Amino acid sequence: MTEEESVKKLEAIIKPFKLEEVKEALTKEGIEGMTVSEVKGFGRQRGHSELYRGAEYVVDFLPKVKIEILLAEEKVEAATEVITKAASSGRIGDGKIFILPAEDVVRIRTGERGETAI
Amino acid sequence: MAWKKSTIRGCALGAALLLPATAFAEDTGVSQGVFVANNVWMMLCTALVFIMHLGFASVETGLTRAKNTTNILFKNVFVICSGLLTYYICGFNLMYPGDFNGYFGFAGFGLDPGADGNTALYADGGYTYWTDFIFQGMFAATCATIVSGAVAERIKLSAFMIFALIFVAIIYPIAGSWKWGGGWLDAMGFYDFAGSTLVHSVGGWGALVGAWMLGGRLGKFGPDGRLTPIPGSNMPLAAIGVFLLWLGWFGFNGGSVLSADPELTSLVLVTTCLAAAAGGLGAMLSYNLVSTKPDLSMALNGILAGLVGVTAGADVVTPMSAILIGAIAGCLVVGSVIFFDRIRIDDPVGAISVHLTCGIWGTLAVGIFSTNPDHSFLTQLIGVGAYAAFTLTCVLVVFGILNATIGIRVPEEDEVEGLDLSEHGMHAYDLHTSGTSLDAPLGLGRS
Repeated sequence: MTEEESVKKLEAIIKPFKLEEVKEALTKEGIEGMTVSEVKGFGRQRGHSELYRGAEYVVDFLPKVKIEILLAEEKVEAATEVITKAASSGRIGDGKIFILPAEDVVRIRTGERGETAI
Repeated sequence: MAWKKSTIRGCALGAALLLPATAFAEDTGVSQGVFVANNVWMMLCTALVFIMHLGFASVETGLTRAKNTTNILFKNVFVICSGLLTYYICGFNLMYPGDFNGYFGFAGFGLDPGADGNTALYADGGYTYWTDFIFQGMFAATCATIVSGAVAERIKLSAFMIFALIFVAIIYPIAGSWKWGGGWLDAMGFYDFAGSTLVHSVGGWGALVGAWMLGGRLGKFGPDGRLTPIPGSNMPLAAIGVFLLWLGWFGFNGGSVLSADPELTSLVLVTTCLAAAAGGLGAMLSYNLVSTKPDLSMALNGILAGLVGVTAGADVVTPMSAILIGAIAGCLVVGSVIFFDRIRIDDPVGAISVHLTCGIWGTLAVGIFSTNPDHSFLTQLIGVGAYAAFTLTCVLVVFGILNATIGIRVPEEDEVEGLDLSEHGMHAYDLHTSGTSLDAPLGLGRS
């Protein structure tokens, strides 16, 4: 794969209630597919404490949603902006986006590889 | 013309009902019609008490973790099945031995209605022998179910089954004979209308010993008195369970009138429901002293506490007294749950607090609130002490022997993995997939 054709992977960890908004925004931007999973995590936000039958316990891990998408390098900036805008609530715990290089992509049905496989 | 058997029977019944006076009406003063009505009410109450098993199954499932759901349900299923059968074999006749020395009697194995068993002569026209057996049989199984909640999530299934068999077949009926069977406590004037003592506190003592001897669930009690809650897996089921139990109590208390007497049965339903309501509110209000965020499971326990509390005297207290009894029970149960946590006795569903603490309170409350001048606080106290001594001794012996022989607690890895997998080799949910979804709903790696 050449420099121009390089594929990037975006992993966005967002608040669960923002998923619909982010999905709509990405689709409008032309991103055609994504994988979504339910995860738990915390950043500097840490967790919160809950009470059950008079005893307190700390919940460190908060539910989040992880969106994974693959795109051509030139689309990364736009996608990042779109996600950031849609997933932001302005409050702590909004999440993070990880941008990673992807070695290759394969479409299982046809065997296509590279950018055309996205 | 040949008549169908059913038609002939129907005509006979109709004729009997229409006759204003029959042979046994002269003996008992109870007409066939009233006898039928009484018996129908008692049979309906039998079915309502049976519903309590649905209630227990739901509550226990809801307040424990999903990885142990199959196990707890299996215990509930075992208890009702074995309980009814042992009650048939020996329990009923241990509990109602007829004429006996007041401490221990046995009317023989199996059932025998005798010549008058299914006539109005049997129980003053209140119900038949068969109804008597099956109604009381439903009660018997509930006391072992009380224990099942307190020992949940760590007791060895085989140990529990052996314990439950002995508890329902022998311990419960002998204890019950002292009052309902016409034994020494009955002769002394001790009063327990529907079982605050005989069913709930007896079950509660068993629960206390079991929970204490087992020790807390892994991760619950830490060093330096640290307490980590282990939340239940299904609040809807817990709530539905409590409502089912409340529904069952219509029969538990309503049927303990032992006839369809309009005044008594209707009074009992009123006192029962008012106490349940007051228990719920009492628990809500007193928990508010602990936290301003209301705890649903405490409110649910509060309802049960009110029900258990009024059960000893539902037919001898005024509605206002019932409200007081229920409200105090609701407050007691909150304090009790927190207390047992503090002394490191792990009770996943609050069974000890609901049934023992409030069972004792209900028993004593008869001595305080009863409108019957023959009831006294001292007699009630003696009764509490007697049942405590007897049940504690028996249960300590049984659990002690079990612990020394087969052991009563599952190994650590089994408890961590979940009893569904280790004891039953199956899950309660997602039966066809692997077990990755069964971790505690709270937090990663916390189980």
